[in-house]
Amino acid sequence: MKTIIVVGNGMVGYKFCEKFVSKSGKDNFKIIVFGEEPRPAYDRVHLSEFFGNQDAKALELAPVNWYSDNKIDLITDESVTDIHRNTKTITTAKDREFKYDYLVLATGSSPFVPPIKGVEKKGVFVYRTIEDLEGMLSYADQIKKSKPNAKAAVLGGGLLGLEAGKAVMDMGLEPHVVEFAPKLMPRQLDSRSSQVLQLKLESLGINIHLSKATNQILGNGSITGMEFGEDDKLDVDMLVISAGIRPRDELGKTCGLEMGVRGGIIVNNKMQTSDENIYAIGEVALYNHMIYGLVAPGYEMAEVAVEQIIGNDTLMSTDIDMSTKLKLIGVDVASFGEPFMPAEKGHSILFENKTKSLYKRINVSHDGKKLLGGILVGDASDYNMLHQIYLNGMAIPENPEELILPAREGGASFGSAMDLPDTAQICSCENVTKGEICGSLTNGSCESLADVVSCTKASTSCGGCKPMVVDLVNETLKSLGKEVKNTICEHFEYTRQELYGIIKIKKITTFNEAIDTCGKGDGCETCKPVVAAIFASLYMDTANKEEVIQDSNDRFLANIQRNGTYSVVPRIPGGEITPEKLIVIGEVGKKYNLYTKITGGQRIDLFGAELNDLPAIWKELIDAGFESGHAYGKSLRTVKSCVGSTWCRYGLDESVSFAIELEDRYKGLRSPHKLKGGVSGCIRECAEARGKDFGVIAVEGGWNLYVCGNGGATPKHALLLAEKIDNETCLKYLDRFLMYYIRTAAPLMRTAAWLDKLEGGIEQLKKVVIDDSLNIVAELEEEMQFLVDAYECEWKQVIESEEEKKRFKHFVNSDESDDDLVFVPMREQKMPEPWNY
Amino acid sequence: METILSRYKTVKKEEVKTWFKVAHVYDFPENGGLCAKYKDKQIAVYNFTRKNTWYACQNVCPHKMEMVLSRGMIGDEKGIAKVACPMHKKTFSLETGKNLNGDLDAIATYPVKIENNFVYIGFSE
Repeated sequence: MKTIIVVGNGMVGYKFCEKFVSKSGKDNFKIIVFGEEPRPAYDRVHLSEFFGNQDAKALELAPVNWYSDNKIDLITDESVTDIHRNTKTITTAKDREFKYDYLVLATGSSPFVPPIKGVEKKGVFVYRTIEDLEGMLSYADQIKKSKPNAKAAVLGGGLLGLEAGKAVMDMGLEPHVVEFAPKLMPRQLDSRSSQVLQLKLESLGINIHLSKATNQILGNGSITGMEFGEDDKLDVDMLVISAGIRPRDELGKTCGLEMGVRGGIIVNNKMQTSDENIYAIGEVALYNHMIYGLVAPGYEMAEVAVEQIIGNDTLMSTDIDMSTKLKLIGVDVASFGEPFMPAEKGHSILFENKTKSLYKRINVSHDGKKLLGGILVGDASDYNMLHQIYLNGMAIPENPEELILPAREGGASFGSAMDLPDTAQICSCENVTKGEICGSLTNGSCESLADVVSCTKASTSCGGCKPMVVDLVNETLKSLGKEVKNTICEHFEYTRQELYGIIKIKKITTFNEAIDTCGKGDGCETCKPVVAAIFASLYMDTANKEEVIQDSNDRFLANIQRNGTYSVVPRIPGGEITPEKLIVIGEVGKKYNLYTKITGGQRIDLFGAELNDLPAIWKELIDAGFESGHAYGKSLRTVKSCVGSTWCRYGLDESVSFAIELEDRYKGLRSPHKLKGGVSGCIRECAEARGKDFGVIAVEGGWNLYVCGNGGATPKHALLLAEKIDNETCLKYLDRFLMYYIRTAAPLMRTAAWLDKLEGGIEQLKKVVIDDSLNIVAELEEEMQFLVDAYECEWKQVIESEEEKKRFKHFVNSDESDDDLVFVPMREQKMPEPWNY
Repeated sequence: METILSRYKTVKKEEVKTWFKVAHVYDFPENGGLCAKYKDKQIAVYNFTRKNTWYACQNVCPHKMEMVLSRGMIGDEKGIAKVACPMHKKTFSLETGKNLNGDLDAIATYPVKIENNFVYIGFSE
């Protein structure tokens, strides 16, 4: 048995282990991995997601027990300090000694901190590890307390620097990106695309400073600013340095391995260093005189080292593809092949639309046959295909501009993923070809997308190739004569729309009946809520009727929050509320010790209610005239309003009255996803009606009705459905529109996504809703009226029934409340103890 | 937090020393669950009417250590009875406790018996 010691447990070190354990020769070796960080390997590529969810666990590449399950010794929190090549041993910081037969150095790189005067000041950070992020977050919190408009700068306008810019913006600081070069992402973009990107980022609130050399960091102890020239300063309260990387090659240096002039351990195409028993992979390795700072080449190096150690003669590619695609704050940026090409090699074709922040450039060989590289900013949806054409040297259209012109009627003019050769590498991180993906389906070892992903590992790393993998899987299944359908789950072989029809025609009213008539098995957490929502949409059944098939929030008529407590949101239609009602909410909050907050949708949220207290809280609210606000359901949430002509000097119509009327009409309406509305009294749009599923704006001569807008992760402005209509017509169109959506959308599909999928788009919707092209509007209106008339407050149902109240006990055999609950104080209120896992 | 998890260890039927009487069968919803208190333990108990079986497991979800599994929806995956945590939809086999859609540690399961329309959970202490 031989011992392999892997130094470094980052993404590449982990990949080495993962590849190793999949090989048949693995049993002849014992692997010991050293990681100096306290936790096992995690996905650094998606580090910025940590800001959103603070969930370090979600970034983990494998849980701790993965190592032991695969007989790998993982030693964390202990770094290797010395290599003794003559005895083939290493020593660690804890002064322990280990013997190796093969040593794999995967120590990666560290952030480069330029030697600027004052970089040691408090408030200066680098952006590399979860600990760095945690340090930044807590520092940001601290400065925000004393300074509401605190600013943060990022030094470096490369890939990572722009991500860090977004991160500090998310922390609530005013972001500034400072770059030495005259353009952003200098290694990937040309100056025109940099300008387009700059305008876009500035419009999102990120300040960009180019051609700035930082002379010193100002401040007394803590950073207060940066100085570029004598009179050129920028006041900032925090600085994140993202100025490139330096290989962590100290171990190689001290044990006498051959090194690059500017650092990096020199390796050959077997990934061997100048000592044949020592390998170096990832960002510490200098290959072809280059350090490759991307994950895909690092993974390939890991594979080569594994094969070499096992005894196979796999070599590292000579040409390494440095194409990248990233999504920055909702801005697509990609570059592939040779982004900047000298004129003697070919010619470039450019497409630019500054008003839409779009820039596309492709570089084509002189004979017009080959794609040599390109840049995409603003819309990188064609990246996967262009990248494949480039990688595989595929023929391009006679008019190459078709590759980047915006799609006209008839869709994209060039090939589908199926036209690629079998050798085309689809997933470069995991090195999976088209042949392997399609082959796994045609040879019968896989039957679905999930199977293919788990057996080939395609799209499991950066995920950039996912759309292409989906296309390949669907097309291959089709060609095998298998139907590709968006079925609900293993229990129902139907789409939601089909199931809606079946349940309606067969008048099915319980889940058991549904699954026994047209499904199989016992159901699951995917199909049960779908069926529940269909019942609600057809019969206006409240969630109380069959509580065990409801999603948690519907089952308990309140939103489940951290630590398993609930938030309670009474309906406040249009945001209009009397002082008396406000006092009642205040009294309830006080009595049950609830964290109280005004929501973004003109309501009041009461957090931290324990399951046992919910019925009592509702009773007090209902006695004061409130109803359930359905803040928990996939149903109508709020119809937001501005103050309109009642008080506003610009108001053209009574937006409050109309918002209340709409909210009352559609309250409790169950739908495929949550629904929000807005009514603005004039075009100043204070209710943000066009960011909602339906929005009404008063104009001279009536209301303009907009539909299918969306806030959230993929914001979309609503589109105009009808102009200058009166209240009655507006209600009629809304009834039809909402019912049509409820009937035909997929589960959890919001109106904006639904309209995107609707063939013919908004014009088709106008035909259905206004011109009655499908001859269904009478039916739609009738169905809606039935639902409106059948409305009942489900909180009221619960408090009036002893049977219903039973499910709001924490313990079936005791009246005690959950004794494992812990709250901690926060700004004179309470919050759950933070999650630490 | 290890301490909360360490309270829960799977009990096999042959290891049962105490059958703890929890509640009447009719206190439970069909095809749903509730939480029972036994000493310092919270145990989720499910009346899986469609399979004509009862299941019991720890109430704490090993993902974020919240006492919520009893409020989860139950169902099956390829015939295996499972529960989905209401917090983040981690699913666990009610037969073996295995995490079916991830790499979390298995949850502890407990035997259940019904006598004279009363629900009993088996403990080994």
